[in-house]
Order: sequence, then C-alpha cells, then structure tokens
Amino acid sequence: MLDLARQPLVRVDGLKMHFPIYSGVFRSHTGDVKAVDGVSFDIAQGETLGLVGESGCGKSTVGRALLRLYEPTAGRVIIDGEDVAHLSAEKLRQKRPTMQMVFQDPQASLNPRMTLAGIIGEPLDEHTRLSRAEKTARIYELMDQVGLNRRFANRYPHEFSGGQRQRIGIARALALNPKFIVCDEPIAALDVSIQAQVVNLLEDLQDRLGLTYLFISHDLSMVRHLADRVAVMYLGRIAELSPAKDLYARPLHPYAEALLSAVNEPDPVIAARRKRIILKGDVPSPANPPTGCNFCTRCPQVFELCRQVKPELSEVEPGRFVACHLYDNNKAARSTGGPEATERNQQGAST
Amino acid sequence: MPDGAQPVLQVRGLKTVFRTRAGEVHAVNDVSFHLRRGELLGVVGESGSGKSVTMMSLLRLLPAPPAEIRSGEVLLDGRDLLKISDAELREVRGGKVGFVFQDPMTSLNPVFTVGMQITEALRRHMGLDKAAAETRAVDLLELVGIPDARKRLGAYPHQFSGGMRQRVMIAIALSCDPDVLIADEPTTALDVTIQAQILELVKELRRKLGMAIIWITHDLGVIAGIADRVMVMYGGQVVEQAPVRELFANPQHPYTRALLQTIPKISGEREARLKVIEGQPPMLAAVPAACAFRDRCEFRHDRCDRENPLRRPVDGKTLGQGHDVACHWQAPAAARPQEVAHA
Repeated sequence: MLDLARQPLVRVDGLKMHFPIYSGVFRSHTGDVKAVDGVSFDIAQGETLGLVGESGCGKSTVGRALLRLYEPTAGRVIIDGEDVAHLSAEKLRQKRPTMQMVFQDPQASLNPRMTLAGIIGEPLDEHTRLSRAEKTARIYELMDQVGLNRRFANRYPHEFSGGQRQRIGIARALALNPKFIVCDEPIAALDVSIQAQVVNLLEDLQDRLGLTYLFISHDLSMVRHLADRVAVMYLGRIAELSPAKDLYARPLHPYAEALLSAVNEPDPVIAARRKRIILKGDVPSPANPPTGCNFCTRCPQVFELCRQVKPELSEVEPGRFVACHLYDNNKAARSTGGPEATERNQQGAST
Repeated sequence: MPDGAQPVLQVRGLKTVFRTRAGEVHAVNDVSFHLRRGELLGVVGESGSGKSVTMMSLLRLLPAPPAEIRSGEVLLDGRDLLKISDAELREVRGGKVGFVFQDPMTSLNPVFTVGMQITEALRRHMGLDKAAAETRAVDLLELVGIPDARKRLGAYPHQFSGGMRQRVMIAIALSCDPDVLIADEPTTALDVTIQAQILELVKELRRKLGMAIIWITHDLGVIAGIADRVMVMYGGQVVEQAPVRELFANPQHPYTRALLQTIPKISGEREARLKVIEGQPPMLAAVPAACAFRDRCEFRHDRCDRENPLRRPVDGKTLGQGHDVACHWQAPAAARPQEVAHA
C-alpha cells in the first residue's frame, strides 16, 4: 500500500465542532461545548487512519462532522477534491455515495421494520436508477461480499446476531461503491470472538475494493492491528498523530504514553513486568477546557508553559506530529529515552 | 497466592434454568468451583456463557420465576446458601459477600445521596448508629480514592463520573468487610485509563484487606493483569480452569486457545490476520448431550457429538486443584510456550 505517490483522499483542516449551551430563563447562549476544537489531518487513498481516545474526547464527533452529519462550526473537510463542509444541500446529496459510515450499535442503526434487502437496497433507491432485477442482483452481490447468506434477504434485523447485524450495516455502507468509510466503533458492541470476524471482513473489503477508512475506536490493540497511522485525541484536539508502528513502540505525547500503558496485555508475564502510568483525576469538561494545554491538569510532566500556551500540532520527527511543549526544542528528530524513562518510574512508584 | 488455604466458598453441581414461554434455557449446567481465602478467581466467557448467571445464582439474586436453581450447593464457610432462609440470606448479601455490578449508573439509586446508600448497608449489617456509619462511610470513600470524601457523601450519583461511581459501588460492596467480593464486569463500561485506576485500586485493596475476589469479565487482558486463577466458561459450563500463568502459557481447550488468538496484541509483532472463531455461541434449550463448542471447534470428532466431555485434570493433580479441561481432544504437549508467545 506504500507504492505510488499518494494523494490524500481526505484532508481535514482546522475542523471545529462547537455545540452551543443555552441556559437561563431566556435560553440565552452562555457558552459552547467544544467537542472538536481545531483538528487537522489527512488520509491517503487506501489508508486506514485510526482515531483513538477516551469517551468524550470528540472522536465520534469528528467522524460525524467529516460526513457532515453535523454542520461543522469551522474548518474545511476536503474529500476527493470537494469541500464537504461547504457544499450546498443538493451537491452534498450527490456527494454522499462517495462517503459512508458504519455505526457503532447495529441494533439501533438498522430499521426494525425493514427487511435486510430493504435496508441494503435503500441507498440504491435514493441514488441510482436501477431496474428491479438489477437492484436485486446488486443486493445479492453485496450480501455475498459481506458473507451473509442470500436466503436471509427477506428477514428482519432482530432475527440476526450482533455480528451479522454489523455485516448488514457494512453491506449498506458499501452499496454505492464509496471511496471513504467512517467506521465509528464498529466492533465495540460485539463479543470478542465475533470482533475478529468483523475486523477481518473490513480488511478483506479494503484489499478488494481499495477503500479508505477512518477507524474510530477506544480499543487500542484492535487499532494497532488495523491502522496504518493513528491519531490520539484528547478533549477535542489531536495530541499525537503518528504511524501505528512508531506510536505503539514509542509514544511521544505524555497522554499517548499514559493511554497505551493503561491497555491490558493479555499475557500475565508481561502484565507483571509492566509499569503503568496511572493518570490522576478525570477528563475536564469540554465546555470549560483548561487554558494552555488541554492535558495540563493530568499530565505527569506538566511545567509552567503548559498552563499558559496551547501547544500546536507540529512535526517533531519525520511523519510524527505531536502537540506538546516537551518537544518545542526538537522539531527535528531527537530521541527522548533517558529523562523520560526515569520520570516514568517515579510515576509508577507514586501510585 | 495462598496455596492450599481453606476454600471460603465451595460450589458444587450448580444448575440454573430459565423457564420461558419458548421453553427452558439451561444457562448454568453443573458448575463446580471453589474460592480460597485471599484469592482472585477470574471468570472468562462471552455473553451468554453463563458466567454472570452463575454468580447471581450463588446469592439467589435472579428473579424466580423465570429463573430456577435446580440443584447444587453453595457452601460459604460450610453453610449452604441455597438452603438458608431469606432472612439469613439478606445478612449474607452485602455482609459476608459483596457484589459489584457492571453498570454503576443503573445499580446506584439516583434519588438518594451516595452517603445514604453507603450508610444503609452499614447500619443494617453492622448495626452502627448514624454518626458511626457516616464516619465509616468517609473512611471507605477515602479508601477507594474519592477526594474530599466528607463533602461527597451529600452528592447524588449523577454528580460523579463513571469511574468515581464505580468506586462508590466498590466502597458499598466493601462496607461490611466481606470475605468474598463478586465483581461482575466492573470495568467494562469504563475507559482504559479509568479502568487502570480501578484495577490498581483492587490490587491495593486486596493487599490491605485480604479478601477473596471473583472477577467476571470477557477481557483476557484484565484477567492476565490481576487474577491468580482463571475459570473459562462456555455454554453454561466450566470448560477450563487453571492458574493464570499456566492458562496463558498452556491453554488446553480449543475455545481458550482460539480466544487467546482472536485478540490482537499491544506489543511485539503485529499479526497479519486475526484468528476467527466461526459461528455463534449456542442457545441451550436442553441439557447438553454433546460438547457445546463442537459446532465452532476445529478439532471436532465423532465423540464430541455423542457425549458432553467432563472436566479432567491435565497435570495429574486433584480436579480443581491444578489445571483441568473439559474436552475430548488432547492438546499436543510439545507446542507449549513458544506457540503462545508468537500467536
């Protein structure tokens, strides 16, 4: 996948998504929940970008704003050459087939009163002029692609298990030959043994159809498995954006480091050896984020500058972007082995 | 941990059945296990494997009907919890045995303050007066790491974050110095960083208080980090049981082996493709006459269709004391640690 000088298929520039808060008797506008507050990244054709973070960090909002399921407050979202954030309603409708979404909860995202064929065929009714026979053929083709038996075409969602329902959701997303799919926690509601089935299916489809994914998840080990590059979000901003291999081997941002250290390795020998960084406290409210760096209230390596100036996301090593003042001096490549390692041990001891 | 210590809890031949209009569902089939003092027993399985129903059955927490505990005994310090009166059982629940449920939002009462919910158990089980109960409640909240504990007693559940609510739940479960703490997926609804906080807390509390814990989860990563011994459940039965390191290094049951391979690792070599367990977990409409896993098993042979395998020791120790598995298939002994390391 690393061949051909890749043109980014998706380019997000300064995306902001603020939800207004109205309060008081007159419902006056008293503030904003800054769910996404200035996020920029791009995704190359055929690439999988993982988007991780804790609940409430704004990762799902990014996914929805990207497809303009929300009206973004500011910023540009260029998908396949057009700025989706500023398209007119009709242009946007014509654009929809290129970009699709697979939702988290297959129970809630499938209409219980529609048959499987109806659900998968609905986008075809809306966007194409296929004859009845062509449509049926296309529905069967899609069902084959996601591994659903054709005999099930006239059944209803409740007759399927969670994993199968997620396959229906994927088939629906594929119906119009999209280029870009936002997968919003597609496996979070599934059992462990079923998760692997769906992940493998997503990988197969990507290989076969050349799809580009934004894979939103809180499951860091699954993201490691799937993603080429990973963006770590915290409180509406990207803390670190790095190739998956580098991020997991050596996270640069203190938050990325803490987040990864909190993941449970399914191996008791490694688990006994590992030092966790336990973050104190909870995530601050996105309606009232701290001044300076968003992470300054919980950061184990915080210093004075962090409480005053918001760090910008900048390239500190080739291909690795970090928003942290610790890296202000090394916009070029520089290892951070020594001092950080001792810092980490102190953290482990103090908890 | 404390090997050979007296079991504080002993369960034998437990069977729980749900009677529904569509027929019976055999959720728990002949489950036996024990829990030693100070030990942490991990219980792993998918949804529908019977792990939660088993633990709820121990304290008769399931609504009856439709649930019916058909047979078995649950000995807590030699007393059979399935035979004692409701009044005696109420003393045990929240007294000797604490329970932490999965969802801290639905298991706390939203219209009472946290302080009232903690002191309720203290006054009822330990006979403390209001002032003494409040003092102890403050101690408990401090123990589970809630800052500014005295003020927080007057707060309502919605004023706490998810992680803090789960701490409150743990504080309530710990309030009467239980011998046994049953935790049903207590960290599943939480973010990894908060989950890490809770896991560290549990480890620390165990060191301080020395109680025995049953930890139900589907997350093998959590189990690897905290358990002493693991019991794998499938189709309402215990299919494998072993000390934690032994289980991860030398899994015997095809289900356990597959489960360990379906989850991607966070370090080491990235796997090209995830192993898949095809098919769905079974619905148990009758007492299984064959192996419950056979439809999804890659080592299935004709004996699996004919008879439901019984648990047999793998390492020559008495059943339940070492490593045992319920499977007709013999895992090759040669492919041991290396295979797991690279899986």
